[in-house]
Formats: sequence, structure tokens, C-alpha cells
Amino acid sequence: MTMKKKKSIFLVVVLAVLLAACLTVDALLPGYHIAVTVIKKATVYALVAVSMNLLNGFTGLFSLGQAGFMLLGAYAYGVLTIPVAKRASVYQYFDGGSIQFSLPESCAGILGDAVGPTVGMLAALLVGGVLAALMAYLIGLPVLRLKSDYLAIATLGFAEILRAFFQWNALGPITNGSNLLKSYPTFTHATPYVLLSGGMIAIIVLLINSTYGRAFKAIRDDEVAAEAMGINLARHKRLAFVISSFFAGIGGGMMAMYMGTIAAAPFKSAMTYEILLIVVIGGIGSITGSILASFLYIFSSEWLLRGLDSGTFLGISAPSLFKNGFRMAAFSVIIMAIVLFFRKGIMGDRELPDLLDRRGRKHKKEAAEK
Amino acid sequence: MGEGLPYIINGISVGGQYALIAIGYTLVYGILRLINFAHGDVFMVAGLVMVYATSALPLYLALPLVLIATVLLGFVIERVAYKPLRSAPRMSLMISAIGVSYLIQNLAFYITGGIPQPVTRPIPWISDNVMVFGQSTKRVTLLTPVLTILLVLALVYLINHTKIGMAMRAAAKDFETAQLMGIRINAVISMTFVIGSFLAAVGSILYFTNYPSVAITSGGMPGLKAFVAAVFGGIGSIPGAVVGAFIIGLCEELIKGAGYTTFSDAFTFALLIVVLCVKPTGLFGEKVTDKV
Repeated sequence: MTMKKKKSIFLVVVLAVLLAACLTVDALLPGYHIAVTVIKKATVYALVAVSMNLLNGFTGLFSLGQAGFMLLGAYAYGVLTIPVAKRASVYQYFDGGSIQFSLPESCAGILGDAVGPTVGMLAALLVGGVLAALMAYLIGLPVLRLKSDYLAIATLGFAEILRAFFQWNALGPITNGSNLLKSYPTFTHATPYVLLSGGMIAIIVLLINSTYGRAFKAIRDDEVAAEAMGINLARHKRLAFVISSFFAGIGGGMMAMYMGTIAAAPFKSAMTYEILLIVVIGGIGSITGSILASFLYIFSSEWLLRGLDSGTFLGISAPSLFKNGFRMAAFSVIIMAIVLFFRKGIMGDRELPDLLDRRGRKHKKEAAEK
Repeated sequence: MGEGLPYIINGISVGGQYALIAIGYTLVYGILRLINFAHGDVFMVAGLVMVYATSALPLYLALPLVLIATVLLGFVIERVAYKPLRSAPRMSLMISAIGVSYLIQNLAFYITGGIPQPVTRPIPWISDNVMVFGQSTKRVTLLTPVLTILLVLALVYLINHTKIGMAMRAAAKDFETAQLMGIRINAVISMTFVIGSFLAAVGSILYFTNYPSVAITSGGMPGLKAFVAAVFGGIGSIPGAVVGAFIIGLCEELIKGAGYTTFSDAFTFALLIVVLCVKPTGLFGEKVTDKV
């Protein structure tokens, strides 16, 4: 069996096991169980982290606008899926809002009640992604000419501007101003999240392995050399930016599903920083790393280390030490240690199938020594 | 004019506070080419220390304590988080800065319990109300621009006429060559962080005298705006940062005065993007375009 074949089988097996595990969790545990919550949140973060990695890790464009694109996706999803009957109560300060249709309901009318609502929800996600991509295209026109830290600060600025617009009262009939959007349909089980996010990530992986992906990596490694090899810098940078934002938009829509309510306030730069740090923990330039780090991060912060905030941890009861906020403080110390001493993160730039390689290399080394 | 006046006075005052923060950004960027994302949080910590110190200690002990604690924080951040990465790519340095910012905010959340700390004992005299052109305002609002200008003059003297200032200019011009010329680069970098943090502490004392409370996120926005001011004025240039900060402070307050409070933050970033696209070197920047 060739190495390549072995790797593909390994990958398929791991993915199948994970999917089976998720299906089991869904079958055995109720929707409000912490395990289901963790899987939902982690898959959303994984998708957004991978989309950020595509830009920061594979194309070398240091962008900090992710939260803004997620905001667009989240609002698009919320605005398009709130049932018509509930609009009056959600938009109570804006006379029921100006949009009087709901994609899941319209689709249910066309396709029937069995698949219609789901198709409508997916369509709303897609609209969010497309909107984010369009916005990215417009923002990219001036911003992508900038480099490294200037690009970072300009994208950060755009995200803040977007947030201001969504809180603006004049847009209230659509965005509900600074009030919450709620009562929209969500998936109760974890499996739809895993499938959705997994599908999106698979598309990103295919993209990275295509000629476009190679061009992105070439730009990251050396812009001048890439240009000399005939890669159109402006076009590829724009492409990476737009694609990354598209998936961030979809991730934002899924975030809205997970959270149950949407407001512009949580989508600030702190959220981008959080996602960036997840990417760094996983390894800049590794899709597997980003996914792994998302699950680790969400699992430990939502579940494993809960005790650090509520008084008891590992059986040690110290309410004065383990009070609210200790968990995140401990977490950020770990993150700083990774940033300073393990700059490659968990995976470096390796992917899941490459784990087989290491063993293979060791064997080869031993053979060579003999 | 009568209606706009309080906004103009406020704007100049806010501009002065931004200027004091912006200098910290511009000095560090000039030498390390690093956007010190943690600088805004250093500013916030100074505010927190002030709240705690003034409620426990007499004023003549509390204020020096705020300055010393902030300077120490800036110094330690540089030594722990930036010095080990001196030869690393710039992106690692920036990630480290974001990590430090995250760490400080989370530590502050743990210590304060996430509750905004009220400024219970504002500093007397400067928080008294005075009348200017028929408008009532706090004395600190008038004092800020004056103090800012005095501090900036002192700083400009330090940079142009002392040995450490000369070393700082040399390091900003060419890092490697400065090292070869026998400049102890680590001492110079530490010094820039000390100066930057000191000015941020002064800015923080002035800023939070005007506000009812210090929250853990209070540092983020002023920090980013001060950075925009530094870019606007031409990063690396001290007069640029000061002028930029005053312009941004003024515009922001005038926009608030016109009733578009939601957009006062957005305006700053829009300005940043326009400046970066039209004149990347800023108002007073050096003619080096390789950075943008």
C-alpha cells in the first residue's frame, strides 16, 4: 500500500469515527447537555478559525476583520429567518421591521414542510456568506494594498465601522438597531453543525490543495518571487480575502444559530483576537491544528475548567482563589506560554494525515542508523 | 457657536489624552516596528491602579504609585513578551502583543470581578467645576492640553538633546547599525517603553478623572484611536502623533455634538483607512514607503 493511500484511509477512518461519536452523543444526550453545546460551539469556532487560517496562515495576509464578517453573516441569517408571525414582537421598536418574509417559511411553501425550512435556513446562511464576500471585495479594493500591521489595523477598523452601522438606529427596520434579534429557527442537534462546518472546511482544504492554494502559499513565502513566477498578486490576495470572508460569514450565521440571539456588541475585536489565538495555538498554517485547537479551547473553557470559576477544581475547594474570571486568566497565561515558547503551536504546519509520516520517518531513521 | 463650544473644549481635552497615549505607540513603532496592542490595556491598568490607590492612600502617595506601577508594567511587558521574540518574524511579535492584551484584560477581569470600578474619590482641585465662556466644565478639561504640551516639549528635549535620546533616534533609524555602534539596544527599548507607559499613566489619570468608572475594556478604544492618531500624524513622529491626536479628539467630539454618537468611533477608523490609502506616511512621516 502506498503512503498516499494509507493516508487517505487514515483520514477517512478518523473522520468516520468522529462523525459516529457525534451521532452517538446526539442520540444519547438531550440537546441542552453540555457536550452538545461544546460540539456546537467548537464546530462554529473551528470553521471561523480555519477561514482565518486560510488568510493569515496560508496567504500571509495578517487580517483582523473576521468579527466584522461574522457579524454580517449572523445578521443576514437572523434577519432572513425570523418567522413572519414573530417579527412584530422582535421589531417592537420599529413597527415590525421592513422585511416581511422569512426564507424558511417561503421555502416550506415551495418544497413542503419536510425539507423546506432546512433549505431556507441553509439559504440564509449562504446569503450571509455571499454578503460577507461582497463586503470583503469592496473593503479589499483599498485595504489589500497595505502590508502586515497596516493591513491588520485597517481591517480591524473596518470591522468596527461595520459594527457601528449595525447599531445605527436609522437601519433599525432591518437590523433592529441595538436591540436583540431572536426567535429565529436553529438546529437543536450537534450533527447538523458538524456536517455543515465539516463540509465548509472540506471545501477550504480542496481549495488549499488546488493551484490557487499553491499560489497563496507562494505569496506567503515570498511575494516578489511569487510575482516573478507569474502569479497575479492583487488578484490572488483579493481572492483569498473574499473566500476567507465568505466562510467567516457562514461561520457568523452558524454562530447566530448557536447563540440563539444576535446583537452587534459581542462581535468586537476581542472576538477576532480570540479566534487568532486559537489559530496560533493550533499552528499557523495547519487546518487540523485550527480544528483541534478550537475543540480544545471550547472544551476546556466551557466544560473542563468551569470549576476554576465556581470555587472547586480537581476537588480543591478555594472559593477565594477560584472565583469568576480565574479560568480565562489561567487560559491567557497558557496562551502566552504557547506564543512565546511553542511558536509552532500544536501542529506546526502539519495536517492530520502527516501524523503517519512522523512514524514513517522515525522508522527510516532507525533503518539508516543500522 | 455657543452650542459647539463645550464640544470643542472637550475635543481638545480628549485630544490631549489621546496624544499622551499615541506617543507610546509612535515611540515603540519607531524602534521595534510593532503595534503594541497592549498599550491601551496598560492605559486601562493605570486607571484601575488609580481607582484602588486613591481610595486607600493619601493623594501624594497614590499618584506617584500609579506612575511607578504603570511604568513597571510597561517595562515588564517588554522584557517578558517582546524581548524573547527580537529575531522572530514581525507577525509573531504582533501576536504576542495581542496575547499580552488578552492576558491583561483577563487578569483585570479576575481582579475586578468584571465589574466597572467606580472612581469614588476623584482627584480634588482638577475635578472641580469651573466656568469658561459661560460654559461649566471640569478643570481637568482645561488642564489636559496644557499638561500635554508641556510633557511633549520635555520629551522632544529629551530626544533631541540627551544621550539616551540620541540613542533612541539612532535605533529608530537603523536597528542593526545602532547595535554595531555600541548602543545598548535593550536599554534603549526598555527606555521607550518606560517613557510610553509613563505618558499613558498621566493620560489615564486625566482621562478617568472625567469618567465615572474604569471598566476592563476601557483601554481598547482610546488605545486604538491613539494608534490611529499616531498613523495619521506619521508613525514615528512625535509632533505628528500630537497633532493627529488633537485633530481626532476634536472631530470625534464635534461628531458627537452633531448627534451621530454611534459613528464617532467609526469616523476614526474611516480616517485611518483614507490616510493609509492616500498618504501612507501620514502628515509628518518620513519618506519611507517600504512599510506600506
